[in-house]
Amino acid sequence: MLRERFCHQKIPGKPFGVESQHKIFNICSTHIRMEDDSNANVLVPSHDKAIPGDRSSSRPVVFILDEFDLFAHHKNQTLLYNLFDVSQSAQTPVAVIGLTCRLDVLELLEKRVKSRFSHRQIHLLSSFRFKQYLEIFKMQLSLPEDFTDRRFAEEWNQNIKSLCEDRSVEDVLQKHFCSSKDFRSLHMLLMLALSRVTVSHPAIKPTDLLEASRLCTMDSKANILHGLSVLELCLIIAMKHLSDIYDGEPFNFQMVHNEFQKFIQRKSHSVHNFEKPVVIKAFEHLHQLELIKPMEGPSVRTQKEYQLVKLLLDNSQIMDALQKYPQCPTDVKQWATSAFG
Amino acid sequence: MSRYFTRLKKRRVYSWIGRPSTIDRKLKHVFYEGLCIKTDGNANTGCIRPGHYILIEGDEDRSYVAKLLKLYDDGTGTRSSKHAEVQWFVRFHEVPQNKRKQLGRDPHPNEVFLYEIPNCDSDIDAETIITTVQVQHLEEDSPFPAAQSQENPLYVKLSWDGKNFSPVNLDLLLQSGGKPMLPASSHTDSLPKPDLEVSRGLAVDSPSRPTRSARQQHSSTSKYSQSKELSDRQPSNVISTPTARKKLQLSNSVKPPGSKLTRDDVLAELLDEDRAVSSLEAEVTRRRAVASKPSSSPSKKPRDLCIRLSPIRGGQITQDHQLANRIQIGPRLQPEELVKRTLKRESGAESTEGETPSKRKDSIKKDAPLDILIEDGGEAGGPVVTMTPRSRRKSAQVSSARIRQQLNYLNRNQSTDFDVDDDEEDVFLPTKKDLRSSSEEESESESESESESVTGRRGSRSAVPRTPRSSRKAPSRTPAKTPNKTPRRTPSKTPVPRTPRTPRHATPSIPSRTQPARKPGNVLEEARARLHVSSVPESLPCREQEFQDIFNFVESKVMDGTGGCMYISGVPGTGKTATVHEVIRCLHHAAEQDELPSFCFIEINGMKMTEPHQAYVQILQMLTGQKATAEHAAALLEKRFSTPAPKRETTVLLVDELDLLWTRKQNVMYNLFDWPTHRQAKLVVLAIANTMDLPERIMINRVASRLGLTRMSFQPYSYKQLQQIITSRLNRVRAFEDDALQLVSRKVAALSGDARRCLDICRRATEICEFSSQRSGSGLVAMSHVMEALDEMFSSPYITAIRCASVQEQIFLKAVIAEFRRLGLEEATFQQVFRQHLALCRVEGLSSVCMSEGLATCLRLGACRLLLLESSHRDLHLRVRLNVSQDDVLYALKEG
Repeated sequence: MLRERFCHQKIPGKPFGVESQHKIFNICSTHIRMEDDSNANVLVPSHDKAIPGDRSSSRPVVFILDEFDLFAHHKNQTLLYNLFDVSQSAQTPVAVIGLTCRLDVLELLEKRVKSRFSHRQIHLLSSFRFKQYLEIFKMQLSLPEDFTDRRFAEEWNQNIKSLCEDRSVEDVLQKHFCSSKDFRSLHMLLMLALSRVTVSHPAIKPTDLLEASRLCTMDSKANILHGLSVLELCLIIAMKHLSDIYDGEPFNFQMVHNEFQKFIQRKSHSVHNFEKPVVIKAFEHLHQLELIKPMEGPSVRTQKEYQLVKLLLDNSQIMDALQKYPQCPTDVKQWATSAFG
Repeated sequence: MSRYFTRLKKRRVYSWIGRPSTIDRKLKHVFYEGLCIKTDGNANTGCIRPGHYILIEGDEDRSYVAKLLKLYDDGTGTRSSKHAEVQWFVRFHEVPQNKRKQLGRDPHPNEVFLYEIPNCDSDIDAETIITTVQVQHLEEDSPFPAAQSQENPLYVKLSWDGKNFSPVNLDLLLQSGGKPMLPASSHTDSLPKPDLEVSRGLAVDSPSRPTRSARQQHSSTSKYSQSKELSDRQPSNVISTPTARKKLQLSNSVKPPGSKLTRDDVLAELLDEDRAVSSLEAEVTRRRAVASKPSSSPSKKPRDLCIRLSPIRGGQITQDHQLANRIQIGPRLQPEELVKRTLKRESGAESTEGETPSKRKDSIKKDAPLDILIEDGGEAGGPVVTMTPRSRRKSAQVSSARIRQQLNYLNRNQSTDFDVDDDEEDVFLPTKKDLRSSSEEESESESESESESVTGRRGSRSAVPRTPRSSRKAPSRTPAKTPNKTPRRTPSKTPVPRTPRTPRHATPSIPSRTQPARKPGNVLEEARARLHVSSVPESLPCREQEFQDIFNFVESKVMDGTGGCMYISGVPGTGKTATVHEVIRCLHHAAEQDELPSFCFIEINGMKMTEPHQAYVQILQMLTGQKATAEHAAALLEKRFSTPAPKRETTVLLVDELDLLWTRKQNVMYNLFDWPTHRQAKLVVLAIANTMDLPERIMINRVASRLGLTRMSFQPYSYKQLQQIITSRLNRVRAFEDDALQLVSRKVAALSGDARRCLDICRRATEICEFSSQRSGSGLVAMSHVMEALDEMFSSPYITAIRCASVQEQIFLKAVIAEFRRLGLEEATFQQVFRQHLALCRVEGLSSVCMSEGLATCLRLGACRLLLLESSHRDLHLRVRLNVSQDDVLYALKEG
């Protein structure tokens, strides 16, 4: 018993650390594939392995240009021109490999540079199906055979296997797969799930994954709304109405304040009538949270109250947030749902 | 250029000797027996007669050597009516660089070669004759005699006919001259024989500087020879000296601002001093140079030093200042060294036989003069002798170090001691300087500018792969010498070769491969190798007409020794550069076959320089091996191309990617096209660019007009031509089916006519073929393979990319299209699209996504440019556009 527990104590610590290392390793080794998920093209401009090398005794050089598209923005593209030119001349055998995620990178090349480019492109696209995705998921989580604690590894792998067969896990993955086939997003999900593994909680449970998925897909702005004061929420609602009325045209604080006053005077029972400076303060806070965005840059000096701003929230987001807002006054809710302020 | 003229301005008066000997009535030429040269400020006159060997003013301040054949007056009575016919000799450095190897040995520094190129212009203006020189003929296998006297005659062993070196036909030499070689003594009589000292001092301005710096990169052995050569030219400089000062000043002004710093650095390094002090030191150096001059005065007494010194100082700066300088000067700059030199000089001048190093060592030990020197300082400054102990110690260290170096140097050179002798002699120049110019002020400014030019020298030195530290040991860099040496080695011209303070001269190289490259194993590999753009075909098919035109153009220019421009345009991959290279190759070949005068070919590429003005630097470097700043290189080139040089070979300059040489003032392009218009330039410019109307579009009128109308445009290849190109490249290697070739060439011709593209496709097709034939099939590249290759290269990746996108991404794309249709615009904000997106999700029965996810999806599509987006900080209001056509999206999504 004791030994078992000891073992338990010892091991769960390990998988945690090892697993994350394992993951990092995986990230490294599947780097290329990672990119394939993000739709990267690997451009192989000149592949000169067959250069008549007998006369050139110099060692072939391979240049790898990551974020290739940015090299195309250099002045005159001289770097690319010269690299390609060397690759096309009988000098040192040179291979240039450009990596980019842009599909239209060739259009960036100047014509004389383009002419020297070999036009060899390899597109790494993630064309796999959900079944393969599941496989990848399993592979990523499994511990290797030669893991120090074999018993734990076996248990862990067994757990992963059962995890894959779990209905809810599959749903989560399916949803994730739908939104993105990216390896990176999968890793994000797994990392979140994995971070819940502790000594007392030695295996990943479907609920962990669900929770991780929830975290992944959370709407960041709706979350911010939950943390707002009622006054701020009221301002948001006022702004929503304004945007509805003026069909997305920008508005300024004074308009928002008027709208708010109307609400206070007509409908409000629970919301206190705040002083104008307080309202301004709340308005500025919203600005800081980037829920509203001024139309002009900070350089334009207009009076604060009359600076035009736009709301960076969608109605649906506001409504969702209101539903979840703890102890939201009903009159505020009603005001929000009513078509006209 | 201006410098050149300043030299002309120095008055030499030429007059005929005696009465006309013969008269050619037809040409109205009146022949004379001799020419009398009288120089300003020199009472002596010199006589030159046919048969004498003479030095003639050359370009780039080099003097030419020639034998005078005839002297005549063309009777026009103008200033340039005096003519001379000469038989040219060339110095080794005048031989084109690529031919120099043919000599098969190191040239003797005093060696000249009989110039036997028949069409060379042998008629010169008699007023460019500087002086006489002694030339001796040697048997081919006889050794060069050691220098018996200070003045070294030039030696002729071989002749140079533009292609090869061959033994001199003595008869020819004699007959052409009509008179046997003059003994050295004979012309010493007849000419205003420059005082030895003078001549050596003058060598300071010896015109050979540019060449020298170029040759600096050669092995150190040539150093001695260089110095030797300098001494060859002594006579030539004698007369030209009065202008020397001017030239130097000029050089000063030309010098870029960075120079000062460099000099200071060097000094600081040498003297282990603070940088702050270094400029003062520089000043001091200069002063010392001045101070040391008097020692060269005929009396050769060290005592003279101070006597001459004081007036200079008084004239220049306040006494106090002077004193301060003086104090520092004394110790720091090693008077002993200086004096040692002085002594050496004396003995060298007095004894005609070459001095042995040992002798010199003796003289070093005589430190009495040093004392005197310091005393002098004391005298001049009164109680100023308060040297700080620190400086004294330091100076002591430095000086001892220098002596050590000096000894090293001597030991090393014992074998070539007569050279060393020369070198040493040369080194100590300032002594003679003041003889040159009568006024003290002049000499002052001269020495100033000279020490300025130290930098130039230094810079050029540093091109030698040495670290600054180690270079101290190098004889030529011995600190003690620099102040002295520099003036003589750095003429006005030299400020040029200053590499931007990169002491290490790292030649980039690529490690050699560990395994030898594989030879093509089968037909396909062979074909692939042949199809690579880099493999140069034996001939360029389909460009025969263009080839012929360019060939004729360049050939005629080279033949006539004139210049011209040609503009070549054409879209990329039409063989412009290749054709020009081919032309040059053929012309080179012709030149080797003696069908054509030799020429040199220079290529610059606008894409291969960081900045248009770099063009000058590159041209200069390829032309002469010098390094210079852009500004200075431009000046040098300008001078080079605007001064006459009968023996200069034609330069063919290929300017690729001309449009990149565009600057706002267009001065680079202007110069490039202006030089060929100079009659003397002998420059042929071939400019290449992509657009046909470049001259009209970007060039201002005066540039376009100079470019002229010699234009040629390369049309894109037609499919037949492309086919022919591939076939000729394959050269009977049977790798392609005919249909396949046809397909490739038709396809490419329809698109761009770019031969590179065509070759790339073919290469890819062979790869595909090879890959598939591993499983089955014939070894020939068939239609299917070519199709596949074409597909790979030309098919748009968008459709596949859309098909491989995730479901949400696809829905988002649909939403974008739906929103576009709703709005009737090709643009929508993210907020609008997202509403559509949510609606579509509901339709498709998918769980809805939140805003953050939607935005992430949108940005992912934006990253691979399926969508064009504004920067994401606009958030909801970010505008979305499609980068693909709506039809493509729908097509891709329907299939999927």
